[in-house]
Amino acid sequence: MTTAAKHKSDRYEIRFSGSGGQGLILAGVMLAEAVGTGDGKNVVQTQSYGPEARGGASRSDVVISEGEIYYPKTMKLDLLLALTQEACDKYYPDLKEGGILVVDSVLVTQVPTKSYFGFPFTRLAREEIGHIMVANVIALGAIAELTGIVSRESIEKVVMKRAPRGTEEKNFKALELGIAVAKKAKKQK
Amino acid sequence: MTNNKQNRARLLQGNEACVQGALYAGLNFFAGYPITPSTEIAEGLSRELPKIGGKFIQMEDEIGSIAAVIGASNAGSKAMTATSGPGFSLMQENIGYAYMTETPCVIVDVQRGGPSTGLPTKISQSDIMQARWGTHGDYTAITLAPSSVKECFEQTVRAFNLSERFRTPVTVLTDEVLGHMREMMIIPEPGELEVRHRIKPDVPADWYKHFELTANFVSPMAAFGEGYRYNVSGLTHDQAGFPTNVAAEIKEKLDKLKLKIERFSDEIVNLRTEMMDDAKIAVISCGTVARAAIQAVKIARENRLKVGAIQPLTLWPFPDAQIRELLANVRKVVVAELNMGQVVHEIRRIVPDHTEVYFLGRYDGEVMPPQQIFEKIKEVK
Repeated sequence: MTTAAKHKSDRYEIRFSGSGGQGLILAGVMLAEAVGTGDGKNVVQTQSYGPEARGGASRSDVVISEGEIYYPKTMKLDLLLALTQEACDKYYPDLKEGGILVVDSVLVTQVPTKSYFGFPFTRLAREEIGHIMVANVIALGAIAELTGIVSRESIEKVVMKRAPRGTEEKNFKALELGIAVAKKAKKQK
Repeated sequence: MTNNKQNRARLLQGNEACVQGALYAGLNFFAGYPITPSTEIAEGLSRELPKIGGKFIQMEDEIGSIAAVIGASNAGSKAMTATSGPGFSLMQENIGYAYMTETPCVIVDVQRGGPSTGLPTKISQSDIMQARWGTHGDYTAITLAPSSVKECFEQTVRAFNLSERFRTPVTVLTDEVLGHMREMMIIPEPGELEVRHRIKPDVPADWYKHFELTANFVSPMAAFGEGYRYNVSGLTHDQAGFPTNVAAEIKEKLDKLKLKIERFSDEIVNLRTEMMDDAKIAVISCGTVARAAIQAVKIARENRLKVGAIQPLTLWPFPDAQIRELLANVRKVVVAELNMGQVVHEIRRIVPDHTEVYFLGRYDGEVMPPQQIFEKIKEVK
């Protein structure tokens, strides 16, 4: 382990990754706003810009801490969400030892470790909620449940606020579904 | 958090915080030409300014943008533009006009890689010297360098205050990462931060001199249309504003541009230190890199190395005296920057001969991680 990684105390680093258009930046912003405005923690959200963000691997990083956050970017991830194989391959090395890997189990078929959580986010979005666009919020719900990094009240409030108008109910259902599937998976582990 | 504070708590991008800071300071005129990574500033102000009766103009280019800003300021507005390296280069001639005509205005430069169009979406700190020496001739510049979303707000407010106080352009230097990152901040209530306005003349119109030499070198400023008759020219001018070739008047004008800022640099200079009390090695950096440097200092301290950090929030005028004092007992200095060496020359200029100065530069469009700075500390220790 590098010295930098050892240094972090209550610093928690999450990366939402996949391809452009999967709503990963919005998911990162929602989490950041929920822990920041709702839970009163320090938070920094950064994202990939430009050609990198259009197609190919796209990412949105959230660093959370009770204390002051000095370096605003990630150093070693505590949790990596990968919604595509490409993103999983590219960012898995950034995950720290013992960090949590969460993948879309339909879209990521070759997982580089045996210890991970797989959920069919995109399929759940299509079949359970009726809209593929909410896969990001299902994943957000799962991450909230797996990490306990954000209070349920705060994340519910922000999802309702940030969801595009007219899709609030679908997004809320998606969040609850994500929380439910993660709860079940946690029990099975 | 109290309820009131909670209502003012926002998750903002650095660029959005510049927007909010400018509005807080009383901005009512913006002219700009959109350019990555500064575009969110123009976007935000195009939404917000019309709501308060202000003016937003998207000009034909950056040259027109700064020209409109200078005109608006002379008409009495608090005026600003926002750009990035290539646009900042285009603006330089007219920025010189603003120095010469002593026109208050604020320029936010969200730095990206260069030269030329360079790297639109990648971070850099290579405009530091351009902010000081970008336009020709002798003048003294004020440049502020925030490193967080909250500081983007505060330093933008400060930029307006200093520009009004000293009748001069002020540059806020941020960067791509800072402009786009989101952090929490609590928007200050009106009155919580100081907001300054330029001094208006209190003499009869016939007595008014637009560039009058005063005790503190700053001339009261009447706006166009307020009933005062005066001349504004980029040619070196006398106190009334008319071109001069008289040696004594030329020298007086240039001294005024310099002294109105240098004599009051204590009011302007602002820096942050971290663990400098017993430091034997100091890391000096600004903007986004300063945050990596403080993290590196924390790592170094865990490894029992006596390292501290110095972060100038004011880059120009450079905090010579303050940094010299901080380095009194420091033998080794690492200057970390996202360029091929700019601030490092200032440090070499001000430190005593026995101080060893090491440069750590990065110019590949990537941020400098704490580990890279820590490795350099270990190498020089």
